[in-house]
Amino acid sequence: MFTAVIWGVAGLGLVLSWAKNREKTRQALQFFERAFLSLAPSIVAIIWTIGFILTFLPSEFVLGTIGRNAGIMGVVIAAAFGSIVLIPAFIAFPLAASFLRQGADVRGIAAFVTTLVMVGVLTAPLEVKFFGRRFTLLRNSFSFVMALVIAFIMGEVLR
Amino acid sequence: MKIKVVPAILATLAAATLLTWASRPDKALAVLSVSKDYLFEMLSILPPVLILCGLFDAWVSKQTVERLMGEASGIGGTSIAFLLGTVAMGPLYAAFPIGKSLLDKGASLFNVAVFLCVWAAIKIPMVLFEIKFLGAEFALLRLALTVPAILLIAALLNTFRLNTSRIQ
Repeated sequence: MFTAVIWGVAGLGLVLSWAKNREKTRQALQFFERAFLSLAPSIVAIIWTIGFILTFLPSEFVLGTIGRNAGIMGVVIAAAFGSIVLIPAFIAFPLAASFLRQGADVRGIAAFVTTLVMVGVLTAPLEVKFFGRRFTLLRNSFSFVMALVIAFIMGEVLR
Repeated sequence: MKIKVVPAILATLAAATLLTWASRPDKALAVLSVSKDYLFEMLSILPPVLILCGLFDAWVSKQTVERLMGEASGIGGTSIAFLLGTVAMGPLYAAFPIGKSLLDKGASLFNVAVFLCVWAAIKIPMVLFEIKFLGAEFALLRLALTVPAILLIAALLNTFRLNTSRIQ
């Protein structure tokens, strides 16, 4: 859905741009070519690593073991797990819901969901390419800490 | 990345895949098939995003972005950053080139950080999805806590950046 829309918008943009100004359109395509070629090797490396992690570290297993036995360490591990994996929301939310129903710790689930969306260890090399090491490290660390804060507040409120 | 980190990582991954193949061919196949799925997903999203960034780069003037989202844009600029983040639907890595283009065109670091974090955490379809599966209480409470968290993260990133430029 998103993919179709974004291709449509990009295509339409290119056609309009070409109709108005060929030079600027050529410039835009050169920008695209440069960016794409510089990103491609990192992308392949990231994706290959994801392949290994998802194959040898099934989410069901990890979430199932850390979700239940509360404890602060469990919450931190859940947050760390969420930081590493890249699972689309439409798989992660139902999975998290099934663990909550089985009596998993709300804090662990909240920490996992929050770091899943906000912290990206695997996409960090890509983020570094755009924003530099310092920004990437700080953004991800702050997001990790905030995810823990959010999780513990939620644990208090939803108790 | 001064030394060739990426080629080294790629070589390691290739070696690991071959080793896995030797002991557990089924696992090696699983690795490759999962990787293939994600590769197609990324390749279907990144090219149009980069084309849009290229068009943005060629057509939108620095003055416009600076006026709308620059240091002096105030709450208005942050609201635009917030809105841009929520209406998006793609994965976070699609936001990196867009955020970078905004930054290069004069948007403030605070606003770009807000844009990135909102894109990551608060997408309207995703919130609806979370309500459906985890319940309104869980999803809306998490949302209510995430908004101030994002503003705090952006403010921290902003100050840390300023400090470094002063020291160096």
